Amino acid sequence: MIPTPDLSHLTKEDFEHVYEPAEDTFLLLDALEVDAQDLKNIAPTICLEIGSGSGCVLSFIGGILGPSTLYLSTDINPHACRCTRSTGAQNKVSIDPINVGFASPLYNRLKHAVDLIVFNPPYVPTFEDEVRGAQDTRDIQGSWAGGLDGMGVTGVFLEHVEELLSLHARFYLVAVKDNNLPKIQQNMLKKHGLQSEVVLQRRAGREHLFVLRFVRNVM
Amino acid sequence: MVRLITHNLLACHVKGCNTNNFPLQFKDVQIELREAEFNPDFLKGFMPKLEWKALVDAARQLGDTTLPLEQPEMLDDEFLKNLHHVLLEIHVEEGVMTCSNCKHEYPVSNGIPNMLLAEHEIG
Ligand SMILES: C[S@@+](CC[C@H](N)C(=O)[O-])C[C@H]1O[C@@H](n2cnc3c(N)ncnc32)[C@H](O)[C@@H]1O
Ligand SMILES: [Zn+2]
Repeated sequence: MIPTPDLSHLTKEDFEHVYEPAEDTFLLLDALEVDAQDLKNIAPTICLEIGSGSGCVLSFIGGILGPSTLYLSTDINPHACRCTRSTGAQNKVSIDPINVGFASPLYNRLKHAVDLIVFNPPYVPTFEDEVRGAQDTRDIQGSWAGGLDGMGVTGVFLEHVEELLSLHARFYLVAVKDNNLPKIQQNMLKKHGLQSEVVLQRRAGREHLFVLRFVRNVM
Repeated sequence: MVRLITHNLLACHVKGCNTNNFPLQFKDVQIELREAEFNPDFLKGFMPKLEWKALVDAARQLGDTTLPLEQPEMLDDEFLKNLHHVLLEIHVEEGVMTCSNCKHEYPVSNGIPNMLLAEHEIG
């Protein structure tokens, strides 16, 4: 058992601005735990979380992989970046947060150099202008508003993630049924040569949640 | 935390800024030194990922001159300890990182770099 990260330092006020870990977060943690031994075998030099929110997921990964990995995170929400940093400290994982959308400042230097990427994106289907507003406001709405099919934000990252992945890298993505998983999986294979599998799925209220794992399609 | 290990991975990402956009130049920085556990295996594993000259220059900008100009072939303990200190123990808490090419300024506050761009600047 890998311990669930200690978040007791975060307050109710923090969670007014930052996504509080919920069923989607926990499904992702469970999927990472299922794969824990494989992840240790890969022994990632660099691990990157997009949209780290409270920092719960990276701190959990830190518990699996230990101090021989560099933990980088991004989030558009500055408050989330601060929480990520403090949650890392609380759980003895050094995390370097970057306040930015996706991974834009890293593409130049980390071409095919990241061994583990995780993204629990804003996946909830909303009106198109809602996603734009939420991305600009950089607050709590940005943690769920996903635009049409809930793919407005995820879709942008999926176009570029392959450029970051190292040869043996893995990429974990949280998605819901509305996101159209078969379409995502086919697209990623055809366009980017990334094969995927559902690691875990779970129904939580009205949401049918999935965790997808992508790897390079090695023949 | 903007440690030099992270600074060594960040490039300017303003639309159209594709050359000479790395490394970002530090300005008006406040640094804090925080001890970290010495982990030679991690350092050795990370060395191939570093842009050496950018690291040495950044360290010098922050007043640390312990690293040799060329990446050495023999990784003795003294070198690894210096590398450890430069990469992982120097924290830029406040300041600005400027792109040499387009002059865009990225502020650092509370150890977190703000690399958000306005809509029209995003590539
Ligand atoms: C569903 S929350 C997940 C938070 C945390 N990783 C977890 O699992 O609990 C989505 C996160 O993505 C962030 N986010 C939204 N759009 C983003 C973007 N374009 N780039 C980076 N992060 C983004 C939000 O601010 C939010 O923190
Ligand atoms: Zn620039």
